[in-house]
Amino acid sequence: MSEKTIKVLEEGIGKLIQPFDLDEFRAHNRAKDKALTDKLMTEAAAVDRYLDEGDYIGVELYGTVRCPMTLVREIIRRGYKNLRSVGQGVYETDMMLGAGCLTELDWTYIGLEVYGVSANARRAVESGYVKQVTEWSNAALAWRFKAGAMGIPFIPTRSMLGSDTLKYSASKVIECPFTGEPICLIPALVLDTGFIHVNRADKYGNCQIDGINGFASEMAGACKKLIVSAEEIVETDVIRKNPDKTVIPYYQVDAVVHAPFGSHPGEMSGAYERDEEHIKSYFTESKDPEKTQAYLKKWVYDIKTHDEYLDLIGRDHLESLRIKED
Amino acid sequence: MSEQKYNGTELMICLASRAMLDKATAFIGTGIPMLAASLAQKMHAPSLMPVFEFGGTGAILEKLPLAVGDMRTYNKGLFAEGICEIMETSQRGFIEYGFLGGAQIDAYGNLNTTVIGPQEKPKVRLPGSGGGNDVGTACWRTINIMRQSSRSFVEKIDFLTTPGFLSGPGSREKAGLPKGTGPYLVVTDLCTMDFDPDSCRMRVKALNPGATIEQVVENCGFELIIPDKIGANGEPSDEELRILREDVDKEKLYI
Repeated sequence: MSEKTIKVLEEGIGKLIQPFDLDEFRAHNRAKDKALTDKLMTEAAAVDRYLDEGDYIGVELYGTVRCPMTLVREIIRRGYKNLRSVGQGVYETDMMLGAGCLTELDWTYIGLEVYGVSANARRAVESGYVKQVTEWSNAALAWRFKAGAMGIPFIPTRSMLGSDTLKYSASKVIECPFTGEPICLIPALVLDTGFIHVNRADKYGNCQIDGINGFASEMAGACKKLIVSAEEIVETDVIRKNPDKTVIPYYQVDAVVHAPFGSHPGEMSGAYERDEEHIKSYFTESKDPEKTQAYLKKWVYDIKTHDEYLDLIGRDHLESLRIKED
Repeated sequence: MSEQKYNGTELMICLASRAMLDKATAFIGTGIPMLAASLAQKMHAPSLMPVFEFGGTGAILEKLPLAVGDMRTYNKGLFAEGICEIMETSQRGFIEYGFLGGAQIDAYGNLNTTVIGPQEKPKVRLPGSGGGNDVGTACWRTINIMRQSSRSFVEKIDFLTTPGFLSGPGSREKAGLPKGTGPYLVVTDLCTMDFDPDSCRMRVKALNPGATIEQVVENCGFELIIPDKIGANGEPSDEELRILREDVDKEKLYI
């Protein structure tokens, strides 16, 4: 046999924050419960059972849409101080950074969309509180989940080539063994715990999403532990009627939390609009560290359950956000 | 400048809109690109196909989205999938136009949206690449929309988040980026610019109404290519302004 080696042309200097072991992941998945088991529990029980200090987490969302806020508030409430995370976030990541939950980040975008730069992200990084930031493009992070979900170590991509985004990532550029052209290899990402909010789920964890699905299926497949919250808990017959609508099957899921208005103050496709006033006021307050803490005290720490949060927001106000049928 | 019927944002929206041809796909980001695409759909490009990062394709932009993942990004749409699907569609060559912006841009159209200062200890931490790097990698033609100042149009950007023409002719291909792609147009509040094919450096294309070439040069931190013939961008027409204000952004979200 002729000796051939694949040439590594460039290596990112960013830390691979969450190294992966695919055989261990397979063994973990083999050991997961495959029976239809009732996994319905409170957000407190779910986070308590399935999130450990030091874990690497991911929160699935697009901007403020379908964001698992009930679960995020519970993470903050329980006072984690050393989580590592995927930085693809808006309001929820700003809050977790304001609360000091996150110390290492794989970062693609943390900002407030039309409202600009995330003040808590700025403070957390510029002060050195966040110890490690590894850069990625949006597609790269989504494909890292996809690689994890495929059970393979990397996905080759043309994204990030030629950029400092690649230089500060943990990817590698090789000479493609087929074409001889440079190609970027992005490593698989397997989360310790993932958090996803869906339109409906049954008590076993079969989940359906209305509208676009962001990166829910890729991330769900790349989680060791997965907590889902759902606007509505339905009978399994509802799932069985339209199994093609199931985005996450039950065997991926460890805990199911019933969380109506669970994306508030963000929006939920087909269900309710976002609470612009609440979001605007948070983004204004988040510019000031003390006001951020006051916000967290009022809306997170001083509340024990999701129900209490909904009461404090006001049930009538929530109803007014519901999307009216045409 | 005499009394104006429009503001700088409206002008930039119209210029970006006019740059988009009909029957093409456009990767749309938050803000001005959404307005430009919607205006183009209602003016000269009824078959312009908007594609949004998180999965919305072919929306009829009756109301302006506030974010690239909200429900309006697939309002009466043709396809509602996810981010991998869209990014893969772009990587295999289906997306013509992509819109970009940033804190800093250099003469080759390379963009910084990541940090001011060193990455390890930044003076200012910015939002990061997001989909910007992917758009700048795989869309056929990217359009940068940025207000012009010598602080943002700089000789050397602090961090190359999104590739333009990198260090000049041939460097995109050498890095492995898709052939035939790259920056196409820069729209500022003073002018539009394209890129000189020989050097891949930014070149003044046409001045905005009321702007002078001196202003353009003064508000740019690198040497621009100034050709003998410079065009003039037309003012927003009454029809463009009416559609923009009364139809595109009737909720007054952006303008």
